[in-house]
Amino acid sequence: METLKKIAVPSLAILAFLAFWEFIVWINDWPNYKMASPSDLPPAFARYSHLFIEMGWQTLWRTVAGLGLAVIVGTLLGMAMGFSKIARDALYPLLVGFNAIPKATLVPVIALIFIGQHDFNTVLMAFLISFFPIAVSVGIGLSTLEPEYRDILRSLGASKITIFRKIALPKTLPEFFGALKVSVTLAFIGTNLVEIVSPHGRGLGALFKSGETNGDYPLMFAVLIALAVLGIVLYYAVVALERIFAGWAERPQG
Amino acid sequence: MTNLIEIKGVTHAYRTKAGPLPVLDNLDVSVPEGEFCAVVGPSGCGKSTLTRLIAGLMKPDQGEVWLHGERVTSPRKTVGMAFQNPVLLEWRTIIDNVILPLEIVAPRMPRRDREDRAMHLLEMVGLKGFERKRPSELSGGMRQRASLCRSIVHKPDVLIMDEPFGALDAFTREDLWQTMRDLRAAEPFTCVLITHDLRESVFLGDQVIVLSGRPARAQHVLNVDLPADRTIESLYTPKATEMLHLLRDQIRIAQGRDGVPH
Ligand SMILES: Nc1ncnc2c1ncn2[C@@H]1O[C@H](COP(=O)(O)OP(=O)(O)OP(=O)(O)O)[C@@H](O)[C@H]1O
Ligand SMILES: [Mg+2]
Repeated sequence: METLKKIAVPSLAILAFLAFWEFIVWINDWPNYKMASPSDLPPAFARYSHLFIEMGWQTLWRTVAGLGLAVIVGTLLGMAMGFSKIARDALYPLLVGFNAIPKATLVPVIALIFIGQHDFNTVLMAFLISFFPIAVSVGIGLSTLEPEYRDILRSLGASKITIFRKIALPKTLPEFFGALKVSVTLAFIGTNLVEIVSPHGRGLGALFKSGETNGDYPLMFAVLIALAVLGIVLYYAVVALERIFAGWAERPQG
Repeated sequence: MTNLIEIKGVTHAYRTKAGPLPVLDNLDVSVPEGEFCAVVGPSGCGKSTLTRLIAGLMKPDQGEVWLHGERVTSPRKTVGMAFQNPVLLEWRTIIDNVILPLEIVAPRMPRRDREDRAMHLLEMVGLKGFERKRPSELSGGMRQRASLCRSIVHKPDVLIMDEPFGALDAFTREDLWQTMRDLRAAEPFTCVLITHDLRESVFLGDQVIVLSGRPARAQHVLNVDLPADRTIESLYTPKATEMLHLLRDQIRIAQGRDGVPH
């Protein structure tokens, strides 16, 4: 009963939303080039299904690669800031300054530095836009670890690495996954940004762009839907990982 | 009998923004093997600092700390620690929390033996049946019991406790005193207990050291000549009352309020 409810409620909400959309387009008698209606979308998907799969895959792997890079670099930066006050004082203003730059302005810069490296540029942007929350959360998680937690192992002569592995790392996992949920969305934005802006790009962003160029509005809307679905999949993949690795941090509901 | 813990002329100051803050001043403490040493003193006088020095987590500016005839310069595997905060790892079950020191001290010990050892202790402190629970599912007193088990699971020579019962209600605290007494009877260890509770110091201690206000010296050492198998009732005997009065007066002196009406 509970699971049925869990599936039925969101499904009904989506159906209601689609019906509302269809209704608005129908009552205003909007033509396709002004606003596509949901009933236009399945034909668009069907016509370009191979493109959706190919471009969707491009967008997916580049987002995941950028995010993976962000996890590695962000964690390393966070560790440096968490363990060393000097590193924290040195890195923090740099990171904050870098993060303040609207990332859209970086697209042409990157495109100029690495001309034609479309895959590389896309992954790079996904990474640049998404590593900051991870670095900050890991840094704060490590530097605010209560000294007693460290002392229970340090008093036994455990090495710094052991203390990190057994205590500091698992203890910061909830913060890490909190940041990862933000980062995955950001990386996705970064990927699409480059895909849309780059001439001769690939990925769903490029498909969107080609829909625009050809005045194929149903295709554009179909891409938006595909992006939403992909975004949801990525987000819930992170949630699933969080359940596995940091499920202990979830308070029992009561 | 040899002294297991020997603190000789330890002086220590923290370097703060406002200049050096002297915390310990030429402190001497000796604890014979198997004895229970309770340390009381005004708040902020340097008791936690003393525990960190004994554990080798810090080095004193001057003076020496000896354990088992060896000079302490760094942490050693034969020490156990417990704090006011039980600091259990929320992602581990209770039994895995208790096992933690064994993973450092005896990395080759089979998992089976570790669990047996942990279960044995958990049973002794009355946590049988809770070993697979998470810390968040236990009460404060139960968590502190688990923390106690963890601090002695690797059979340390020296157990160092910094106000381990400070955050518990009075009845739970008395329960834990008795648990502590039984644990010591079952497997002897030398113990340094920091406490704010004079009754606790008399119930558990073989000697009670009163530290002066900061910077702390050993202001008074009281030998508790009560029988080893004390009960809570023992605290209401004339002898115990007399000792508690004496400690109370010493604390007043340590706080620098001697002569002030009380
Ligand atoms: N890392 C540190 N740096 C600077 N000063 C410190 C540091 N740790 C403790 N102090 C100062 O040293 C003094 C003694 O601290 P300590 O924690 O040893 O006292 P304590 O006797 O344990 O106090 P309490 O009874 O409140 O637990 C305090 O005044 C404290 O402010
Ligand atoms: Mg203290």
